[in-house]
Amino acid sequence: MKGNFGSFVKKESLHILRDKRTMLVVMLIPVVLMLLFGFAISTEVNNINVAVVASNRTDGVKDAVEQISQNEYFTFCGYISPDQIDSKLRSSEVGAVVVFAADYDRRVEQASKGIPSKPLIQLIVDASNVNTAGSATAYLQNILLKSDAQQAMFETRMLFNPQLKSAYNFVPGIMGLIFILVCAMMTSVSIVREKEVGTMEVLLVSPVRPVKIIFAKMIPYFTISCIVLVMILLLARYLLGVPMSGGIWGIFSLSLLYLVLSLSLGLLISTIAQTQIAALLMSAMVLMMPILMLSGLLFPIENLPSFFQVLSNIIPARWYIDAMRKMMIQGDAITAVWHNCAILLGMTIALLGISLKKFNDKLE
Amino acid sequence: MSDIVISVKNLTKQFGNFVAVDNISFDVQRGEIFGFLGANGAGKTTAMRMLCGLSYPTSGSGTVAGYDVMRNGEQIKRHIGYMSQRFSLYNDLTVLENMRLFASIYGLSKKHTEERATELLNQLNFMSERNTLVGSLPLGWKQKLSFVIATIHHPDVIFLDEPTGGVDPITRRQFWELIYKAAENGTTIFVTTHYMDEAEYCSRVSIMVDGKICALDTPTRLKEQYSANSMDEVFRTLARGAKRGG
Amino acid sequence: MNAIEIHNLSKSYGKVQALKNISFEVQQGELFGLIGPDGAGKSTLFRLLTTLLNPDEGSAKIDGLDMVKDYRLIRSRVGYMPGRFSLYPDLSVEENLQFFAALFGVKIEDSYDLIAPIYSQIEPFRTRKAGKLSGGMKQKLALSCALIHRPSVLFLDEPTTGVDAVSRNEFWDMLATLKTQGITIFVSTPYMDEASRCDRIALCNEGSILSIDTPQGIVQHFDAPIYGIRANNMLALLESARNAQGVIDCYPSGEWHHLVANTNFDVSKFESEFNHMDDFIIKSIEPTIEDVFIKLMKR
Repeated sequence: MKGNFGSFVKKESLHILRDKRTMLVVMLIPVVLMLLFGFAISTEVNNINVAVVASNRTDGVKDAVEQISQNEYFTFCGYISPDQIDSKLRSSEVGAVVVFAADYDRRVEQASKGIPSKPLIQLIVDASNVNTAGSATAYLQNILLKSDAQQAMFETRMLFNPQLKSAYNFVPGIMGLIFILVCAMMTSVSIVREKEVGTMEVLLVSPVRPVKIIFAKMIPYFTISCIVLVMILLLARYLLGVPMSGGIWGIFSLSLLYLVLSLSLGLLISTIAQTQIAALLMSAMVLMMPILMLSGLLFPIENLPSFFQVLSNIIPARWYIDAMRKMMIQGDAITAVWHNCAILLGMTIALLGISLKKFNDKLE
Repeated sequence: MSDIVISVKNLTKQFGNFVAVDNISFDVQRGEIFGFLGANGAGKTTAMRMLCGLSYPTSGSGTVAGYDVMRNGEQIKRHIGYMSQRFSLYNDLTVLENMRLFASIYGLSKKHTEERATELLNQLNFMSERNTLVGSLPLGWKQKLSFVIATIHHPDVIFLDEPTGGVDPITRRQFWELIYKAAENGTTIFVTTHYMDEAEYCSRVSIMVDGKICALDTPTRLKEQYSANSMDEVFRTLARGAKRGG
Repeated sequence: MNAIEIHNLSKSYGKVQALKNISFEVQQGELFGLIGPDGAGKSTLFRLLTTLLNPDEGSAKIDGLDMVKDYRLIRSRVGYMPGRFSLYPDLSVEENLQFFAALFGVKIEDSYDLIAPIYSQIEPFRTRKAGKLSGGMKQKLALSCALIHRPSVLFLDEPTTGVDAVSRNEFWDMLATLKTQGITIFVSTPYMDEASRCDRIALCNEGSILSIDTPQGIVQHFDAPIYGIRANNMLALLESARNAQGVIDCYPSGEWHHLVANTNFDVSKFESEFNHMDDFIIKSIEPTIEDVFIKLMKR
């Protein structure tokens, strides 16, 4: 039975390509969601008032202030004293305050020699407007930091919304949702459709192993999901300016793992559901609802009742979204989220194992 | 009301360039069992939809139970019964609940509903099973039940779409006895089927080929005319010339 | 060697016993018909024989192979056309055939001679989506796909349900042609009038086999005198004929009512009793498969 795997994949791809409407929806939903959030952000990035606290207005400080005021996004509105910081931010007179260390120049010099030292710049941002705060931080960092070494000497404090629940945070959330939608829902429906139409009987009566049939079904959906993944990442990076400082390969490989996990979930559903409607309902109720409610997508997990906090541990999306937030927004490397990765890997192996075992080559 | 229950003149239905039903004319008498035959795609379903008030003809005229197919689709629906092999009854309701449901759909009063339900249950000899879920009944019983339920509002015409496919020979005969009884009581029966043994039960049959009616007579006379032993042969002789398929 | 050997096969779904202790054989190259109404257990038997289900009790051999132990081998040797239309409606005629060829790891060219008489009729439409074919053409495609790997036994579960009379007749002609190629064909149908196209038939009802024989043999089995009667008022005729002397059974059967009599039945007496009815006719007739079926069911 060699050589027929390719034709299985071809057949599945034809099914998908012929169903243009579904395909369009799958491709469009992520783009639409990303654009929606993208516009919500980009309209608010302009004209952030910035105040500066500097006990010694050295040349280095003046240089930096000059750069801030020249930037199109920021308006420099003067030097203030440290005890004014809170009231200025609270009254929304300014959106961010840059605090230069008293010995700023000396520390910059030390940093350029590679000598570790205390923070040289502190950034205090009004994070009540999550969109502004996120972008302001990113832009100011770009402006003020002259070398990587200085990175360590930069301290950011988010006032009023320390978790920075920002629109960025929706990007991993959307990813967690979309891949379940594309992979789990679409694979389960496509397998169950064959049961419903009766073609599954013919496939089973053929000498081909069910594993082959299953993997052939997964490949096209995996491919589509990869395309969607690349689209989301591109949009996130270049339209929304999500930093992704944790490293693109880490983000990509963890997402691939999550795709496989979603496919296994779809497979599991297809072994239980007998009709397409049932498969759809199961995907929606068993997969989507918990993701929306329990993964931290809508509500922070720590705000959930403790029962649901415990329950959220079995939701794969929770671990994925959490890891992606760390990597895409907070700049952690994949090594920093290894235990999320391990949990997801474990879940994938378990799900794949169970569903392959359940998918037998008889009708009962 | 006259004794002609269905009267159709030059009825035509066109979908774009495709003439699904091409200028058909016929009359069906009260109490007749009228077989409406045709190959797949000959236009049976389209024609029947027009007669049931579900779609409007492109041209031509017709009346069903005294109502105009062009204008009174809603009135027609109220005066006909319909039974198809696919949709019969709600499996998760009991026999009696199904009867009450359909009675209320056709606006029977509460008192009238209970009378009719008792009458129909007695007719089927089914009183003891009135609280059984329809889903747990054998197929043949479901078919008989859906037929009598289609008569619950005393319709002038009952449209049957392949009513007895796959039913065992005994139940099938009981089913036809029910049809004979309904016809005897003045209900007109309009049956579409592609099983020719069902055609043999009919008082008259019409055979549609490519949207046109190309034969209409009693089974006996059709067999004589085409010197055939069975309706099956008659049908094959006529339908072999068909140009279009479903 | 027999193509199919069934020994005491039983299968239940929960409380419902779909097949009750069935045994019979189908010879190599035979066109064997399984005839019975819906719910007779036909599809269950097909799924057992195509190894989609395992039996509760009993065993069967297909092509000499055990249905439980050797099910993988069996699967490469049988062709199966389930009751429902089992092709991909969104794929074209050609793509469906290619897919099924790939499924069994064969090349279309290698089996083309076998499927040519059937497939050539739909080849002009090879780029058309299978879902857009007419009933008869769908059937031809499904049969071509089931034959693509040159199966030694072909299982056809209700291939003619929902298909018009012309296409059905063509289909049986195709089966007759395939039979000449030596393929064993096991086919089921709820329509008794198709029985005559088979070499042998098994009548089945409610999970049991009522009778197995050639169509002629089955009909000869019918040992009671049988008559056809008709009159203008068929219903009145039916009701009074049932009460007449010597009548075992009387039931509608198309244009005529069939009247099954016992030895006490006197035709001339019956005729004189009923002659007052308009257009009354009585004639002696040959029993049909349905008459046999009814008699066996009532036993």
